[in-house]
Amino acid sequence: MENYYQPKIETMPREELQKLQSERLAAQIKHVYENVPYYRAKMDEKGVTPDDIKGIEDLHKLPFLSKDDLREAYPYGLLAAPLKDCVRIHSTSGTTGKRVVAFYTQHDIDLWEDCCARAVVAAGGTSDDVCQVCYGYGLFTGGMGLHGGSHKVGCLTLPMSSGNTARQLQFMEDLQSTILCCTPSYAAYLAESAIETGVRDRLKLKAGIFGAEAWTEEMRHDIEEKLGLKAFDIYGLTELSGPGVAFECSEQGGMHINEDHFIAEIINPVTGEVLPYGEKGELVFTSITKEAFPMIRYRTRDICVLNAEKCSCGRTHIRMSKPMGRSDDMLIIRGVNVFPSQIETVLLNKGMSANYQIIVDRVNNSDTLDINVEMTPDLFSDSIAEISKIEKDLVNSLKAMLGIMAKVHLVEPKSITRSEGKAVRVIDNRKLY
Amino acid sequence: MFVKQISVFLENKAGKLAEFTKVLADNNIDLQALLIAETQDYGILRIIVDNPDEATEIIKKSGFAYKVTEALAITVPDEPGSLTKILASLADEGISIKYSYAFYSREHGKANIVLRVDDNEKASEILEKLNS
Repeated sequence: MENYYQPKIETMPREELQKLQSERLAAQIKHVYENVPYYRAKMDEKGVTPDDIKGIEDLHKLPFLSKDDLREAYPYGLLAAPLKDCVRIHSTSGTTGKRVVAFYTQHDIDLWEDCCARAVVAAGGTSDDVCQVCYGYGLFTGGMGLHGGSHKVGCLTLPMSSGNTARQLQFMEDLQSTILCCTPSYAAYLAESAIETGVRDRLKLKAGIFGAEAWTEEMRHDIEEKLGLKAFDIYGLTELSGPGVAFECSEQGGMHINEDHFIAEIINPVTGEVLPYGEKGELVFTSITKEAFPMIRYRTRDICVLNAEKCSCGRTHIRMSKPMGRSDDMLIIRGVNVFPSQIETVLLNKGMSANYQIIVDRVNNSDTLDINVEMTPDLFSDSIAEISKIEKDLVNSLKAMLGIMAKVHLVEPKSITRSEGKAVRVIDNRKLY
Repeated sequence: MFVKQISVFLENKAGKLAEFTKVLADNNIDLQALLIAETQDYGILRIIVDNPDEATEIIKKSGFAYKVTEALAITVPDEPGSLTKILASLADEGISIKYSYAFYSREHGKANIVLRVDDNEKASEILEKLNS
């Protein structure tokens, strides 16, 4: 028997749901037009007024919003509520150049936590459960999002944050955690550690809610088998709130989008044309209930397919497939968003060669990031101590920029393969999609 | 006396050294001394050749990352204690040695020592005094 956190909304007949979306969309567009000069300018430029947007059928008339817009409007340019009504921010990983700061009113936090609570209940969570949250707490949305959802459901919540595997396993055993929330790669790592240390048979896990990075069905089966739980996928992005934009039900056949809060579209990433359900394209979201930081037709750059078929779990909200790739060059490494341009910025700032190669792989279920950089005659000195200093400085600067560790390897001048004169910048050996 | 030592950046991979020495061989450059300092990813190859200026041109043209440094080269009797005597007098004056390597001299009974020190001028003065 399927459980719902908000049964009325989650199983609402589609016609009624679409009517609700239309009302909320019209009100949201009016709200941003009146309160956000940035949106007003974009709409004026396209010749669209709030009166033109009566319902979801008019959505396509609105201009898209991109990550570039977010950067341009940073930090307050897209704020739609008075700052005094905002109670929190979260931010994407990354740099000054790529950072996004999202604002939340208390209402926004409540609705976000509702979305996460739906995911926890769909994974079988009740007030009898012990929910161990090992997503990072802080600016990253993973920790506090699932934390809030777990609270709302009434689970005993363990705010572990990420890392310290020995402690994670100890709490998992001593407090008999039943639900595990973390990135799939960390779940795989925990599984291996649990088996190695022999605590595996003393664990009581029944469900895992895993997201923030791409993972395959093979990885799902591997984690499920090793930890003896059922693994549920969850999707979200800071721009829209965080995890819980979409979540998997017991059918494990795609993630239900919380359509009462987010309207999803699939577009051709090149032309911007809206594609019918079932076709593969870039996922675009409009947040229709956010007060502080509403996204109107925000291009996620995630490539996926939407499925409007009725789900046997009883939920009426459409499902999205796992992201199948990106329409930009962003890499997700250990759950952290990494743009090759960030790495290039660091290298050039440090006087390194513009000839570099980024190699991403997954070893023992954990992502690795290696950067090959060509040595230049200018940087080369006769001293290993000095070259090591350059390497260490690079590693530290990359860590500061990306938030994760990269291994730097100095290679000979002109040794990086060039195709048609241009170096192949990124080699991703993970085969995630 | 000073010699021109050429240092070259080489990746720590099979065949890299052969690839480099072939460049010298093809241009008829004779190696007199060779030393490799290695790390996990790369090595610094240090060489002394018969014609450093020509060798430098060739290395540059072949696209290697390299540096030419003046290193102190001394000839000592090939017998126990002769190196210690020199090193002790440099140490007494606070000269620090970054690295050193030795090779046989063509002159019978002598050995050549290359010393890379933190102060070439001062070291050279000390050694001249020692010889006089």
